[in-house]
Formats: sequence, C-alpha cells, structure tokens
Amino acid sequence: MTELTRLSLAAARKGLDDKAFSAVELTEAYLGAIAAANPKLNAYVAVTDDQAREMAAASDERLAAGKGGPLEGIPLGIKDLFGTKGSHTQAGSHILDGFKPEYESTVTANLWRDGAVMLGKLNMDEFAMGSSNETSYYGPVINPWRGEGSNLDLVPGGSSGGSAAAVSAWLCAGATATDTGGSIRQPAAFTGTVGIKPTYGRCSRWGVVAFASSLDQAGPIARTVEDAALLMTSMSGFDPKDSTSADLAVPDFAAAVERGVKGLVIGVPREYRMDGMPEEIEALWRQGLEWLRAEGATVRDISLPHTKYALPAYYIVAPAEASSNLARYDGVKYGLRVSGKDITDMYELTRAAGFGREVKRRVMIGTYVLSAGYYDAYYVRAQKVRTLIKRDFEAVFADGVDAILTPATPSAAFGVGDEDMKADPVKMYLNDVFTVTVNMAGLPGIAVPAGKDASGLPLGLQLIGKPFDEETLFAAGRVIERSAGIDFSPKVWW
Amino acid sequence: MTIIDTRTPHRKSFIAGATGDWEIIIGMEVHAQVTSESKLFSGSSTEFGRPANSNVSFVDAAMPGMLPVINEECVRQAVRTGLGLKAQINKRSIFDRKNYFYPDLPQGYQISQYLDPIVGEGRVLLDMGEETIEIGIERLHLEQDAGKSIHDQHPNMSFVDLNRSGVALMEIVSKPDLRSADEAKAYLSKLRTILRYLGTCDGNMEQGSMRADVNVSVRRPGGAFGTRCEIKNVNSVRFAGQAIEYEARRQIDILEDGGTIDQETRLFDPKLGETRSMRSKEEAHDYRYFPDPDLLPLEFDDAFIAKLAEGLPELPDEKKARFIAEYGVTAYDAMVLTLDRAGADFYEAMAKGRDGKLAANWFINEFSARLNKEGMDVTQSPVSAEQLGGIVDLIGKGDISGKIGKDLFEIVWAEGGDPAEIVEARGMKQVTDLGAIETVVDEIIAANPDQVAKVKDKPSMIGWFVGQVMKASGGKANPQAVNEILKSKLGI
Repeated sequence: MTELTRLSLAAARKGLDDKAFSAVELTEAYLGAIAAANPKLNAYVAVTDDQAREMAAASDERLAAGKGGPLEGIPLGIKDLFGTKGSHTQAGSHILDGFKPEYESTVTANLWRDGAVMLGKLNMDEFAMGSSNETSYYGPVINPWRGEGSNLDLVPGGSSGGSAAAVSAWLCAGATATDTGGSIRQPAAFTGTVGIKPTYGRCSRWGVVAFASSLDQAGPIARTVEDAALLMTSMSGFDPKDSTSADLAVPDFAAAVERGVKGLVIGVPREYRMDGMPEEIEALWRQGLEWLRAEGATVRDISLPHTKYALPAYYIVAPAEASSNLARYDGVKYGLRVSGKDITDMYELTRAAGFGREVKRRVMIGTYVLSAGYYDAYYVRAQKVRTLIKRDFEAVFADGVDAILTPATPSAAFGVGDEDMKADPVKMYLNDVFTVTVNMAGLPGIAVPAGKDASGLPLGLQLIGKPFDEETLFAAGRVIERSAGIDFSPKVWW
Repeated sequence: MTIIDTRTPHRKSFIAGATGDWEIIIGMEVHAQVTSESKLFSGSSTEFGRPANSNVSFVDAAMPGMLPVINEECVRQAVRTGLGLKAQINKRSIFDRKNYFYPDLPQGYQISQYLDPIVGEGRVLLDMGEETIEIGIERLHLEQDAGKSIHDQHPNMSFVDLNRSGVALMEIVSKPDLRSADEAKAYLSKLRTILRYLGTCDGNMEQGSMRADVNVSVRRPGGAFGTRCEIKNVNSVRFAGQAIEYEARRQIDILEDGGTIDQETRLFDPKLGETRSMRSKEEAHDYRYFPDPDLLPLEFDDAFIAKLAEGLPELPDEKKARFIAEYGVTAYDAMVLTLDRAGADFYEAMAKGRDGKLAANWFINEFSARLNKEGMDVTQSPVSAEQLGGIVDLIGKGDISGKIGKDLFEIVWAEGGDPAEIVEARGMKQVTDLGAIETVVDEIIAANPDQVAKVKDKPSMIGWFVGQVMKASGGKANPQAVNEILKSKLGI
C-alpha cells in the first residue's frame, strides 16, 4: 500500500480514473503512513481519519458515476491556519484550545468542491510566525531530510513546516500552506518540495486565520510543479467575502506547465547577491540560469535598489497588522480562558498563557510601531518603503523582464534548536531575506528544488513573476525541475 | 488643526461670573445609527429589540479568519447625509482600525475612519429667534457600533450581547461653533430633523440610535479658547442643555478660583443634573489607528453621488423657504411646520388651494397641540388632512366660527366623518341671517338699559354685548355681523 503514497498527485488522479485503485485505498495508504511516521515527524496536529474515509468513499461513488472532479479522491493535508468546519483549527497556538469553527475556509471549500479528501491538520509555527516550525504549541516538526551520515534532527522551515514535511515524507499527496514573508517557499526549499505563493488576491483569505492581512496568501506545497499547478487551479478564485480578492478568471495552471521558457527574459537582481552567501548557493543560482538559457530564455542583469530595506520594513508592517489581528484572542469568546480577578486580569493571564514567545514578541513590536508618536517614524515609513519596493519590480517588468530568478533561501535546513538562532531572533528572520520582497510587492513567487548542498540537503531556487502571471512561474519552474533531474526523495529513517 | 472662530461674541449668550462675563464654546460629536437592513460589514440584521445575540454572524463575533465586506447601502446613506449637510463628499475614503480591548468589542478593534472620512466640511442652519446662525460641520465618517455589556444578570460575571456589534454609525462632528446650551439643543434638534427627512437615521435618542458627545470649554468673550472637557454619550436634547449649563458653571467656578481646567472625559448624570470625571487625558487610550488591511479604500465616482443627489427629498430649510413663499406663513410658523417631514406633508395636503395662514394656525394651534396631548405623531392621527382642510374651508367661508370649528374638530377627532356634513346635520352652521341676528340684538338691548347707557361713554364695552348675543345664539351667530348690527343699533 505504501507504493500508492509515492505517486505524484497527477499520477494518483490518473490511477483513480483508470480504476487501478480506489480513493478509499489511496486514503488508507496515507492514513497508514501518517500513523507510522507522525510520532517521529510531528507533521500533523490532528488526523481526521473518519472524515477522510467518508470523503474518500464519496469520491469513489462520484468516480464510479463518472462525475469525478479535478482532484477527486486526492488525499490532502491542510495547514492548521485554515478554518475547517467541525475540526481542529488552532493556528498552532494554545490560545485557540478546543476551537472548531462552524465554517469552512473558501480555499478548502474549493478543494472539497473539486473532490479532494482531507487527511488532517498540519503543524505550523504559531499563527504562522516563524521560519523553523519551532514556535508551534504542538512542538517542532522534524524535517524528513537528514544530512548524509548525520542523525541530527533538522527543521523543515516555517511557518508551513508541517505542510512541507508531510508532502516530502509522503504523508499526503499535496498540502495547503500560507505565505506571509516566505512561509511556503522557505519550507519547500528545505524539504525538496515545490511551493508557490500566488499573487496577493488570487486565493481568498476568508476563513484563514489572519497573521498580517496585507501580506498573507494561501498556496500549495506539492511534490512536483505539475501537482502544485493542479492544486492551485482549485484553490484560486474570486471570493466576494474577501474584499481584497481579485475578480479575475482562474487559468488552467497545469496547462501552462510544459509551455517552456523560449523567448522569456529572466532577470537576475544584483541586490540578491548577499555578502557571505555560501558558494554552493551562488553556484546553484548560476546553474539555474544556465538551464533556463539552454531552453531558450534570455538572462538579463537587473537592479531592485530598495531590496535591502525590505526585511526591516516587513518586520514593521507584519507585526503591526498582527498585533491588531490577534487582539480578538482575548479569552472572551472562544479558545483558552484563564480567569482573573477582573476583566483586565483575565485578558492578561489568558494572553500570557495562550501566546508563545515569538507571538508575544511580534505583538509587542507591532503595538510599539503603531503607538502615538512612533506611527509616522515606523509604520508610515515602512509603507513608503513598500511602495518603493513595488515600483522597483514594476520598472523591471515594464522593461521587458518576464520573471526573476533568485535563491529561495540563504542556506539549507538547519538543526532543531539551533543555538545561534535562539540567541538572536534576527538571525532567524534573515531566512526570509529572498522571499519577503515578493510579499511586500504582492507578487507571485515559486520555490522549486534545484540541487543539494554538500551534505546532500535540498536547495531551492525562487522565481518571481508579474502580478497574476503564475503561469510563467509554473513553466519556468518546470524547466528547472526537469533540468535538475534530481529525485528529491528523503531517505526513510522514521 | 487650527480652530477658526466663526462667530462674533454676543452679549446675550454670555454667562455672568463673579469676575466678569464668560462665553461658552461647544462642539459636538453626534453618533447616528444608519438606517439600514444589515450591518456595516456583515449581512446580520439590525432589527432593534431582538433577543440577545440573535443578530450575530461569524464576522460580528470576530471568529478567526472572518473578513469585513462593506454594505453599500450604508455608504449611500452616509453620502445622502453628507449631501443633506451641504458637505463635501470624498470620493475616496479609508477605513481604519481603532484598537482597544473591551469584552463587547469582539475584534479588539473598531473599524472606523480616521484621516480620510467619507464626508468633509458642511453646515447646518439654526433658527434662533429672529436670527439664523450657521454651524460648521467638520466631518462625517462611518464606523461600527460595539456590542453591549450586561452587568446585572450574574453575581460575578458580565454578559455580552452582540446584536449591536457591527451596526453602522455615522459620527457627525461639528466645528466648535456653538455658544450656548440653547444653540446646542437647537443644533441637535435640527440635525435630527435633517436625518429624519433624509431617512438615514431614525433619530430616536431614547433608543440610543442617536447620541452626542459634547465638548465644552469657557473663555473670556472673544478671548483664546480654553481647555475643553468632553461629556460622553448624552442621550437627550434636554440632557445636553443641562449638561452644558452645569459643565460651563463648573469650569467658570474653577477658573475664577484661580484653578485650571484638566482636559478630561466626563459623564452626565441626569438624576443629579451634574457631570463627573470618567477619565483624564493621561488615562486616554492610545488607539493605534492604522488603515484596515482587510478593506480596500472606499471609492465611488461623481455619477454615484449625482444619482443619490437626485433622489434626495426636499430638506427642511428649502421646504421652509417654499412654505413662506407659497403659503404666506410667517418664518416661525414655517419652521414649526417643517419640523418633521410627515407633518410638513400633512400641512401641505391640507393647505393646498386654501388659506395657508389659516391652515397653519389650525395645524399648529389645534391639530399639533392635540397630537402632543395624546402623545401621538402625525402618522397616527385619526383626523386626515382632507378632514382638517374641510374644517378650515368651513371657517374660511364663514359657515362656522373659529370657536365652532374647535367643537367640530373634536367631533371629527372622536367620531370621524365629513366636516361639512356634520355641520349640516347637527345644525352647527353659523347664523348669517341678519334678520334673525337683529331680533336677538334687539332683545338684548331692550333687556339691558343700564349697559346701553354705559356703552355710549365706553365703546369698548361692545364686547359684552357681542358675548351676550353669541351666548343667546348658541355661538352660531356670525360674530362680524353681530358686531356691525350692534354698532349701528347702539349708535357707536
């Protein structure tokens, strides 16, 4: 049965159509894999087996009737940030203890509409704040990958660490994830998986627990570019319940995957060549450009002059919005309540017990930068920087560039409990240095596994596209995937 | 913000202190609940008086991942109100979050408008006796109402009712142009009249759908503005007047004793008729306003505004001017007639094609007075405009006297019916038969020789004879005819 879990999403879907196996068999295979692996990897915080079996049985009925949807019978893992009706939805936090919403997020509802099966809820950094999945109330997720000859537990990246680990370790055929500063692309790069953050507004935010509303965007993590495209086609679409959702038709993203890069202009931003960047990352970047050039793309040096301000500005805007978005977790309506002598005491005790250190840190930063007397110096200026970053990209795209290639992360996955990062949160924040600009500008970005570092750990490249031009990213991402030709299967140790 | 003083200090509104005169400066922030079927950012009903927590959606309860979506009707209502206040309409405005913790504020922030409101500067005209004064409007913005905390249901817990949570409010901010409690009261009343004409707020202060925060300071006439105190949540026009008078006196007493005013928020206690401190400036919240990232800037075009302008009803100031011109009523009567739209419509229906002045007298002195006595409004009147017009017709034609008219009004009020038919059937018609009147006059003169002698010296005594004749005729004699016949018979 484990064989079934090794199929790509596209292959599994075809197998279901060909009646090579049933949706129930496919789901059972995944449930078995989860039961075996989760105690070690901690990728799932809740497994919804009963629901999975029911959904799979319903899929089999639809398949038998010839009414299978695009994702009919495909077992998926759902990041704990998505509201799923009647099941565990806690955003990796203690403060949402016991919370089970009475509603289904638009993105997951779209997936169920297309026939997908929910296996369970995936671990994540608390409220999507983190780059290692170590801030989760449910404990860290362990990366299925280990360095060659090493027994050291590595992080899967974050905040969608559970999603990336589960996809990489064959614990689901694909997963939903979200990306506010790199939370899809960085964990994808750390686990040898494909992750795309769509253009802001492409996927509805309705029913997804908010971190930083102007930056949050849902997207898939999958084992192949094609699988990511299939998932994104289902997840996307205009939603009148989200005022920031884009009223645009959703293309068939899978149809764009084999389009190639002939004639495309690929930009190489000089500002992304950081001091002290490891040579293997540099080499991988050059290799990626070679692959694209070999398939008919033109490579052009470009400049995005405000890049260096992106990370500091991001760490003002995102915490500011978060401090306000997280005000609703006050012990009054749902989730954790720690009673106190009066209402203020109750608020303080509840929030002190319910939020972890990183969330508290960001709520405090956000509260500070919005305070009277500091607002103009921090928040307003950060928003101006954001406009400048956006203009940098607009200028380059207006100049004929179709997509931009950069490294996805400054390094491969690091160890769980890394002392350096623990001592200095800014070191952890630097993980997002190549990815935050994309969120600040609202652009689409895809991370594709492209190589391995000296110890055999996956490394990813990032492609950044024009607004609502995810199709070019899938096409170019596929060229990198194909050219690399590497099997990104972790060695099973769990 | 620089405050510009638009008013000339006027002696009649000064308050005398121990050390000389003082002038009160008042500005108001009125919260008016928008008349709409559903809430500002959710589809929940706004119906008043439902059981607790029955008008609550996931958005109103701030469930994780819920997002606000603007209710276009509330936007239209705000624009209509702006047009009614002759104000600038901003085609682009921004919703901001006002952050603070309170159990009846589920999101932990109120969605409001801060730097870029939907409506800018406008004006309201007030009739103060002979004078019409103009009060500046600073802005109008849209915001969410909070829920309600209930503290008397449990010994050590509070309950929260979210029915109001998310209901749309318009905050209408005046400039500090008001100079007395009377002006402030007139402003609130006029604003309420305008909102009711527009149908954008029901103006029911006792139900809380309109409430005022009153800013009060005092100064030497024409001097620099003083430090102000804000009196929160005043819920009647009368209380606003009382609160201002108390607060001005309190501030004057402090200043005359050599003290200084602390900028603070105060509450008015209607039972004691006084204001007391709620929180000082130091305790004021830092609301950390910032643009709500869940909402795009609110934008519309000129056509949107033009369409709303077209559908606007005639407003009280315009109606008043037209009544003066068309019906020949006095400015005061026109003001009274236009106090509410239904009343003005009623008046107009009864006055059309009749003597407008007589109709106005009847509407104000008889009809409105009677409605007030019964605690009814014009829509509940048992007497229709046509019936009241019929009574006015009979008086105008001289078929009945004004006094009989009052009796007739009572009959129509109680029993209904066509006034002309009632007069006919019950023999209430005025006697204009001069012969019949002459007979009565002759009898009265013959029976009262002493009075006849006196009236020669004192012609004003004719009133006594008129009274006698009217009494004898059961009030039905035409008083004008009686007068003339008496004059000729008595030789005066």
